[in-house]
Amino acid sequence: MKANDVMPLPLLSVQGLSKNYAGRVALQDASFDLWPGEVLAVVGESGSGKTTLLNTVAARLQPDGGQVLYDTRDAGLQDVHAMSQARRRLLARTDWGFVHQHAADGLRMEVSAGANVGERLMGLGQRNYGRLRATAEQWLERVEIDVARIDDAPRTFSGGMRQRLQIARNLVTQPRLVFMDEPTSGLDVSVQARLLDMLRQLNQQMGLAVIIVTHDLAVARLLAHRMVVMYRGCIVETGLTDQVLDDPQHAYTQLLVSSVLPT
Amino acid sequence: MNQTSMLASAEPDASSDANEINFAYLDERTKRMIRRAILKAVAIPGYQVPFASREMPLPYGWGTGGIQVTAAMIGAQDVLKVIDQGSDDTVNAVNIRRFFERTTGVQTTTRTHLATLIQTRHRIPETPLQEGQVMVYQVPVPEPMQRLEPREAETRALHGLAEYGLMHVKLYEDIARHGHIATTYDYPVQVNGRYIMSPSPIPKFDNPKLHRNPALQLFGAGREKRIYAVPPYTSVESLGFDDHPFEIQRWNASCTLCGSNSSFLDEVITDDAGTRMYVCSDSDYCQARQSDSADSADKANQAEAV
Repeated sequence: MKANDVMPLPLLSVQGLSKNYAGRVALQDASFDLWPGEVLAVVGESGSGKTTLLNTVAARLQPDGGQVLYDTRDAGLQDVHAMSQARRRLLARTDWGFVHQHAADGLRMEVSAGANVGERLMGLGQRNYGRLRATAEQWLERVEIDVARIDDAPRTFSGGMRQRLQIARNLVTQPRLVFMDEPTSGLDVSVQARLLDMLRQLNQQMGLAVIIVTHDLAVARLLAHRMVVMYRGCIVETGLTDQVLDDPQHAYTQLLVSSVLPT
Repeated sequence: MNQTSMLASAEPDASSDANEINFAYLDERTKRMIRRAILKAVAIPGYQVPFASREMPLPYGWGTGGIQVTAAMIGAQDVLKVIDQGSDDTVNAVNIRRFFERTTGVQTTTRTHLATLIQTRHRIPETPLQEGQVMVYQVPVPEPMQRLEPREAETRALHGLAEYGLMHVKLYEDIARHGHIATTYDYPVQVNGRYIMSPSPIPKFDNPKLHRNPALQLFGAGREKRIYAVPPYTSVESLGFDDHPFEIQRWNASCTLCGSNSSFLDEVITDDAGTRMYVCSDSDYCQARQSDSADSADKANQAEAV
């Protein structure tokens, strides 16, 4: 507790979060804090509750118990689930981002890349076409998409480009927190490496806090400052990434770490 | 609409002929249900009010929504005008007009200024509307965001929270593809600074006429079971960008028949060689102008003769 006196307040504080699906426990008593600019990886096997945790924290699912406190820009720490729907949705499309595993879930596939990037700004009342387009071009450049593709629909993009476009679309409002659900799965290794590299850069340049769900320990090691290990709906271990990966304490974490194929 | 029709009892009047259908086809309970929806729609300008749309004796897409709104509004004293694409004598207009002639016996007219109730498909008359008149629009797709967001639960939430970024995405796409806003009909509008509304497939040329119009404007969508309204003198703003504002269509021609250069013109191909002429889409307006100029020409001739 002493440490809190010198450290800044957490950006996000998750306290005792739980969620059942028809009586089946999906998430039990999950608690963690996230600090501004920090990357937190959530790892665990399939069905361990990673995505449920992400969705309840991102207010896309209503939890059955617990609180998610977020340090809003105007009113300080607020319980996300107690906010009005209007406020929660505004928060989700301004100060937050959500990058889906399948880009098609997070993009408008029939609408041009430029409009995809500009949608959040238009929602906030920006009404200057020239400026919207300039912003879109800037962001496409930042996520390494050829600016000449600005009027093409994401339907015509490769998997890696779609994922990068999805990230640009989310970051255009300068959010402070981005949720990512397995953003690199389904991409080939070289594309994955470029995406991770880009994410690390954006995290540093923008001071972006990220909660990233992944089952790939290499992704966690490369990106995350801290990690949370989930097993059967519970957080079984948390700590600095290197610490957890090099000296796993919980039996499941030990299994997970030892299951990585030697490279 | 007169007092008696508004207060008519729930049961139809006992009539001498058992086969006779009720005044304006619909039974009185249905008309009251529709009137309740209309009242709510007027109270919340631009908001789509669900209503229990009935089967009507014409197919969906031919004006089942408009015809139900008209049936609920019409009284024995009303004078009805029905237009389809601006014209009083196309199939849709003729049939709906005859339908109400047969089921209500009200007077009908083609003259805009004489009508108290105007049911329309695709146009607003060129002659300015007046206080006390009621416009009824036939609407195929009431939800302006349906193309971009097919989930209705979601579009309702977007309306409820006034999250309208999506509408501008559509206009952005137009500019990105065509260099200008290429939407020419069913151009989205914001009503009373709040709800985004589909003005039905009227050309955007007619959009400015929606704004602060003295007439009551009602919109009925039969298949989609929605009614919405723009009360008299309500602001109706067409969406746009600062650097690509809303603009109406213009022609480099004037009407071949009446010479009008301020009305909405239809292009008509007159032979196989591609000869074309432009004529007013509003047939009543065009004919009135033709007879006016004929009158003044007659007078001029008479004056010369004297």
